[in-house]
Amino acid sequence: MAHDITADAAHAHEEHHESPVVFGFWLYLMTDCIIFGTLFAVFAVMRNQFAGGPTGKDIFDLNGVGIETALLLLSSITYGFGMISAHQNKLGALRGWLGVTFILGLGFLFMELREFSHMIAEGNGPDRSAFLSAFFTLVGTHGLHVTCGLLWMAVLIVQTGGKTVLSERMTNKLTCLSLFWHFLDIVWICVFTFVYLMSVI
Amino acid sequence: MADAHTDHSGASHGSVGSYLTGFVISVLLTVAAFGVVMAHSFSPSGTIAAIAVLAAVQIVVHLVFFLHMNTSSEQRWNVMAFVFTVLTVFILIVGTLFIMHDTSINMMSR
Repeated sequence: MAHDITADAAHAHEEHHESPVVFGFWLYLMTDCIIFGTLFAVFAVMRNQFAGGPTGKDIFDLNGVGIETALLLLSSITYGFGMISAHQNKLGALRGWLGVTFILGLGFLFMELREFSHMIAEGNGPDRSAFLSAFFTLVGTHGLHVTCGLLWMAVLIVQTGGKTVLSERMTNKLTCLSLFWHFLDIVWICVFTFVYLMSVI
Repeated sequence: MADAHTDHSGASHGSVGSYLTGFVISVLLTVAAFGVVMAHSFSPSGTIAAIAVLAAVQIVVHLVFFLHMNTSSEQRWNVMAFVFTVLTVFILIVGTLFIMHDTSINMMSR
């Protein structure tokens, strides 16, 4: 019973949303939006500066981008299922969903790094043209965020291990990572639309 | 107890149903965006407009179904911070494009 009360108190608190922790994290995400906004602006300015090098049409592989998009979108919904399990205090299911999300995220990262290494091996690295510098900076920053998200997820899987009930603090951590992960998916929508798809039109 | 939990989680953190709804809409919008580009069915400017609109709609879908943004009073500050950020990013991107376009015309670099 005691733990039921704790869980309920934590829950009631969450219900009125705003733990200041979660709101603070939301503000961080807004500043992150501005970082990505800046990088998108740079890309928009540089997108036609090929310096005699390849254009997006020559080097982008839409099938690969499609698979990356699918992996990230799937990982968004599996994280969502994880959060539902967390709010129902089903911690085994929570860890399972986090594990699935982690693997999908890792798959995304693998695809992206493979794409980068192919491009660099063919001499189309970030030093080839302003277009490619902007491309690698923008997409690489997103990839770096995904990497950080994966590290964070691994930490949370370990930290929730062996627990039978989630503390409010742990619920906040899971909620923050949830916001972070879904936010990265939103950034990716802009990446595949404005970087990949628009470059091959 | 179990009932109470299910009720709560259904209401404000999204349910399995709402996540699935968001997911299905997102998949449709993504497939539509890739399809429009790969099918070459519109003119280039038409295609750009179409995928920009699809992206904007998908962002809203993600915000509502995955990030649980809504107009309730608990969310007011989140939404205000978000609106301010959108405005800032808009000024940033449009301003950059405007200035760099003018610069390149005046420098005759194109």
